[in-house]
Amino acid sequence: MDPVFLSRLQFAAATMFHFLFVPLTLGLSVLVAYMETRYARTGDETYMRMTKFWGKMFLINFALGVVTGITLEFQFGTNWSRYSAFVGDIFGSLLAVEATVAFFLESTLIGVWIFGWKKLSAKAHAAVMWLVAGASNVSALWILIANGWMQHPVGYVMRNGRAELGDFAAVVFNQFAILEFLHTVPAAFILGSFFVMGISAYHLLKKQQVEFFTRSFRIALVLGLVSSIWVAVEGDQHAVHVTKVQPAKLAAMESHWETSKAAPIILFAVPDEKNERNAIEIGKLPGLLSFLGYHDFNAEVKGLKDFPPKDRPPVLLTFLSFRTMVALGTLFPLLTLIGLFLRNQLVQNRWYLMIMVAAIPLPYIAMEAGWVLAEVGRQPWIVYGLMRTADAASPVAGSQVISTLIAFILVYGLLGLMGFFLIAKFALKGPEPVVETLPRRR
Amino acid sequence: MILQSIWFFLWGLLWAIFFITDGFDLGIGTLYPFLGKSDHDKRVMIHAMGPLWDGNEVWLITAGGVTFAAFPLVYAVMFSSLYTALMLILFALILRGVSFEFRGKVDHPAWRKLWDTCIFIGSFAPALLFGVAFANIFQGLPLNNEHLFQGNLFTLLNPYGLLGGVLFVLFFLVHGALWLAIRSQGALHDRAVAVAGPLWFVLLLIAVAFLAYSAVATNLYANFLAHPYLFVIILLAVAGLLGIKHFLVKQQYFKAWFASALAIVGATFFGIVGLFPNMLPSNINAEYSLTAHNASSSPLTLKIMLIVVLLFIPVVLAYQIWAYHMFRTKVTEEDLALEEAY
Ligand code: HDD
Ligand code: HEM
Ligand code: HEM
Repeated sequence: MDPVFLSRLQFAAATMFHFLFVPLTLGLSVLVAYMETRYARTGDETYMRMTKFWGKMFLINFALGVVTGITLEFQFGTNWSRYSAFVGDIFGSLLAVEATVAFFLESTLIGVWIFGWKKLSAKAHAAVMWLVAGASNVSALWILIANGWMQHPVGYVMRNGRAELGDFAAVVFNQFAILEFLHTVPAAFILGSFFVMGISAYHLLKKQQVEFFTRSFRIALVLGLVSSIWVAVEGDQHAVHVTKVQPAKLAAMESHWETSKAAPIILFAVPDEKNERNAIEIGKLPGLLSFLGYHDFNAEVKGLKDFPPKDRPPVLLTFLSFRTMVALGTLFPLLTLIGLFLRNQLVQNRWYLMIMVAAIPLPYIAMEAGWVLAEVGRQPWIVYGLMRTADAASPVAGSQVISTLIAFILVYGLLGLMGFFLIAKFALKGPEPVVETLPRRR
Repeated sequence: MILQSIWFFLWGLLWAIFFITDGFDLGIGTLYPFLGKSDHDKRVMIHAMGPLWDGNEVWLITAGGVTFAAFPLVYAVMFSSLYTALMLILFALILRGVSFEFRGKVDHPAWRKLWDTCIFIGSFAPALLFGVAFANIFQGLPLNNEHLFQGNLFTLLNPYGLLGGVLFVLFFLVHGALWLAIRSQGALHDRAVAVAGPLWFVLLLIAVAFLAYSAVATNLYANFLAHPYLFVIILLAVAGLLGIKHFLVKQQYFKAWFASALAIVGATFFGIVGLFPNMLPSNINAEYSLTAHNASSSPLTLKIMLIVVLLFIPVVLAYQIWAYHMFRTKVTEEDLALEEAY
């Protein structure tokens, strides 16, 4: 078996699994910190019950986020050692910075948060949660700077047969990375708030703890509304930048074969990669692709045929994942806007609550689709334009990789099932009627 | 040159801190099925490490990250050569990490039994495998002229490697028993103290055997013989070892734990100083070895990373010490009553 292919499968499985938990950590940490702050400010016990209820799910999710993250840190050395040797100078430093400035803080303080209810004042305890939330988001910043560099390498010099650091500031302020950060973190906020809104909607449908869940819903609604509008607007800027620096990805995103002016967006297509055309095309919107890429309806957009086949990403996957993400990205602002109008009569509008329960998985799908687009669309390069994925794998035997791949699928499958089962269990059970352990108030 | 040497010793220091911090919770996890006679005991044991293990494990992530950043070639060769061993460590750490969180969430004996087993395996396996891995590095790996590893998992399971594994397990067991003695009371406390003594004795024997075997199996003593004042490091390790017993007898468990930490740091630096400047010596031909000089990143990266580390590691140490200070007290019934605290 080809170790490169197996390693790609393994890496895809490991990152996609990690990213099932990451966004909820990012989004829910902020919401829980806010709820706890309200408690510390007002002493209203409902806020403390909220902190505990949502906090419990947060912690189960967090544990899975941590253990799956360690896998990724190992993967670069175990499965992508040629890549590691080639880019360690830059990429390795970013991972090391991430661990020193963010992981330490989040992992140390999460222990303090869980076990420190009686040892800290209410304000200090809430502050600890803000630090956990802040550190998680800072960790996202550094890992996305690392990923942004693979997407669009800058600030490096080729020396000694590898990419060495030339300009640290250029790497850190890489526009690609900043755009990724400004897109991914608010997207994670969408996921966190849809999670809270969905579970609240479930209980509101059953008319349980109405006061508690109406308040939870409204807190999440604000974050969800702002971030879903932000993500759509920022995503547009992101696409403009991709057009500029990764034209092959853009062409694949749109299944756009012939270089042309006033290029159209096709609502739905089935790309036929062998014959370099689309087998089916439904709904052509002329000029829109040019507008998307260049904000000019007549601009020329490069087609896939302009790239030698060995430099083209897989078209179908890139195309579909982009469609999925954008469709959902249009839906989320709509749903939250409706919520804004209905926020005072939630219980009466059962249809809306039902939609919101059903919407819980959607941001997960959008997140995963976004990453598939970004990563598959970057192929065949592991570092865009510099190193091919095929040249990046470790000199390990296919048999080694296949056995760990199977182990990952089994272990992750089981852990994922148990993790979501536990989250669901506590979500359905609802909050505890009284809070046993209140932090000291001063 | 000087930057590379600084980084080499920082690299060693990070591993040493990882061993003294995560070491005690790997130790408690290994003692877990033996000392945790009742569910209550088990929960106390989890509480004894619960607030700290995650922060401790980040020293591993950082040690790995720093290897990647400062010595990319070492990271690449080490992780791909030790592929299977590291994957086993990884799976063990994954299962251990979720165990703490999952164990108390479903009230069923079989469920708890499952995670109890995972806590044990997830603690014992990494302790053993890190020892095996490091002993093999001390001894040299079969690396060819392209730094390709000419062996497999079983190459690593040689007598010296296994002795290293046993040594690490014992170090962590003693370290963990002492921490448990600090944080528990009653019968559990007494049991922790009672096992610490005999474990210490076995540790002493194995440590002496390891030092002696190293003279035969490795080249570690060359640096010490060239600079005899370096023997101070070995003396420190020995002093730490003896200190454990001394304070154990006097029932001063904090001091005993620090003595144990000193012994672990001493033992780690015995290896690190002995290796210098090698990071992955080749036992096929010394010229194929990876060293701090031929495997490092560019001077610019080393400089920037040095600034980051010098700025942030003291801050990290400060808040970790704060957390340790907060959770140094005996675990009480009130602590166990915290619902999210397992
Ligand atoms: C956009 C955000 C994001 C992305 C793209 C990634 N991660 Fe992640 N990671 C996080 C955001 C995050 C987090 C939110 O900070 C986590 C999730 C749960 C947690 O505890 O921290 C985390 C945990 C986490 C941990 C455990 C840290 C600990 O013990 O506290 C490691 C070692 C990694 N990650 C490493 C990686 C690597 C090597 C990635 C790239 C391939 C990666 N993560 C992608
Ligand atoms: C967490 C969100 C992420 C997801 C869901 C994700 C998804 C994927 C997927 C699906 C692939 C396989 C692509 C293919 O082989 O066709 C892949 C490859 C890869 N990605 Fe990501 N990715 C994520 C983040 C990152 C980040 C942050 C980095 C770097 C810091 C990264 C580095 C890589 C590498 C090294 C590969 C392997 C080489 C390759 O197959 O292209 N990924 N990722
Ligand atoms: C209409 C709205 C949206 C637009 C126009 C948009 C645009 C984009 C573009 C162009 C990329 C590719 C960047 C690359 O190739 O690296 C991307 C990536 C991504 N998208 Fe979206 N997006 C939208 C909505 C969403 C939503 C709703 C989510 C999740 C809730 C999401 C999550 C992601 C993620 C996780 C990535 C990968 C990381 C990154 O490159 O930033 N997007 N998006």
